[in-house]
Amino acid sequence: MSSSEKIIEVKNLVKHYGKFHAVEDVSFDVYRGDVFGFLGPNGAGKSTTIRTMLSLISPTSGELKLFGRNLLTDRNYILSRIGCIVEKPDFYKYLSAQKNLEIFARLSGVTADKKKVLEILDFVGLKGREKDKVSGFSHGMKQRLGIAQTLIHDPELIILDEPTTGLDPQGIIDIRNLILQLKNERNKTVLLSSHILSEIELIANRMVIINKGKTIVQGSVSELLNGQELIVSFSVDNIEKAIQSLNQNNVTIDKDSIQGTNLLLHIAQENIPVINKLFCDNNVNVFSIETKRKLEDYFLKLINH
Amino acid sequence: MFWKSTYNEFIKIAAKPRSYIGIAAITLIVGIILFAMRLDGMMYISFITAPFEQSLSFEGNILNGNLMAFIILQMLIIHIPLLIAFVTGDLISGEGAMGTIRLLLTKPISRTSILLSKYLAGCAYTLVVLLWMGFMAIFIGKLLFGTGDLMVLKSDGLIILQESDISWRFLYGFVVAYLALVMIATLSLTLSCFSENSIGPIVSTMGIIILFTIIGTLDVPMFDHIRPYLFTTHMAAWRSFFEDPLPIEQITQSIVVLLVHIVSLLGIAIYKFNKKDILS
Repeated sequence: MSSSEKIIEVKNLVKHYGKFHAVEDVSFDVYRGDVFGFLGPNGAGKSTTIRTMLSLISPTSGELKLFGRNLLTDRNYILSRIGCIVEKPDFYKYLSAQKNLEIFARLSGVTADKKKVLEILDFVGLKGREKDKVSGFSHGMKQRLGIAQTLIHDPELIILDEPTTGLDPQGIIDIRNLILQLKNERNKTVLLSSHILSEIELIANRMVIINKGKTIVQGSVSELLNGQELIVSFSVDNIEKAIQSLNQNNVTIDKDSIQGTNLLLHIAQENIPVINKLFCDNNVNVFSIETKRKLEDYFLKLINH
Repeated sequence: MFWKSTYNEFIKIAAKPRSYIGIAAITLIVGIILFAMRLDGMMYISFITAPFEQSLSFEGNILNGNLMAFIILQMLIIHIPLLIAFVTGDLISGEGAMGTIRLLLTKPISRTSILLSKYLAGCAYTLVVLLWMGFMAIFIGKLLFGTGDLMVLKSDGLIILQESDISWRFLYGFVVAYLALVMIATLSLTLSCFSENSIGPIVSTMGIIILFTIIGTLDVPMFDHIRPYLFTTHMAAWRSFFEDPLPIEQITQSIVVLLVHIVSLLGIAIYKFNKKDILS
């Protein structure tokens, strides 16, 4: 469960590289206990925002507060309470998994004894691979080691930048389960960036969508995705008869709603069986019914552009 | 936290295969020189002493370990900068190329501390390389060729230094040579802060050394004002310890120029590293 304590406060964040505006106006809040989805198409400014939050990039303007403190003045205090993977999980390839974890633990101000390292490697599913050099690890194994690295100093907040990119389907499921374990078993607050809405929907409780460096919408995932009108596509055998039956029941159809033998209707979920029954009563055969949520449709349009 | 970071840097340098290339190269080159001198050393001595044979007679063990060490030092001080830059030029840019810089700079330690810990580790590596060269040149040289007075050939004559008067000269010579190599390490580390790949800083360091050496050796009046301030002019200052009497003023000037370069470059590196946006 998320609390009312704000862990991350991003206000009007702007980052310009000369004439290029990577982030134009991003604002969002993350609360303790959230699995927070940070969603946007490629190039939306997600990574730049995350890098700014981790002091890898200095912002052009805007306010960044983590754990109630300003990042510019309390950098080390803030970073000591964060574990992160930024884009790819890269490690020292010539060192073993254990040595890599020891190196990053030392820099995080903790001593990683062998027992602790083995326990964390076990948690991420890399038991028995502690002595292996990272050069021999697959991308999925590096992701797991990346998550192990984020946990080595037991941080309160974990930031994962596109953690499932480049993974096979099983790898994606494994990482997703690991993230849920972080929240459920270790009570971590997780910020997770992705360009895949379904991924965020499956694990996040709150989310923000950004595009072209600007915040589009933020809020609870269930409210944003489920508490809204749907776009329902009815595939029928007789489109004219279907339109006529809708018109007779005071349902107006515009030109954009007709796509071949498909009718796209903006209706609430409870009205789907009503419309279906209406078609059946008027001898219109329905071959299929597909639903899309407005936000999903909007997001897909963003990605496809 | 600084010492923990420095310890990390030692582990990384010790684990990198490229760190051993310098040691292996020195071992190979010194080995070849010692082997060649063992076979044809007297011919080399005859070549050096030929201009003086009509006025001087040479007695005793001229081809000795001290002479070997001096010859090796002269030859390798030109090549060692490359071996040093090979490791120190990779300290920052190598992290960028590998992607590990993202993790490194999201840890609760200041960028200045990270840079200085890398610098310290780089200086320690430089010392190890120089000590290894010293060990190979002096100890193995003496083991194979014995000891004796040191004959130093200069452009305007020949200096014979007595065996009992040599050890301290090597010691101080090594200290100044180390300072020159630390200057190279600082230069390559600074260039490393500007680059995202490993090769760039190494090639740039060597490019600068070659360019400055050419400017320093060209007998063109317009370079006369620049020459005293080029670090390359002072890189061979260690040789001054094998002159009699010692050119104290010249040695002091060289040390000051090298130190000014080191401090200035380190300042630039700290500034750049702190301002750098990590985009890799």
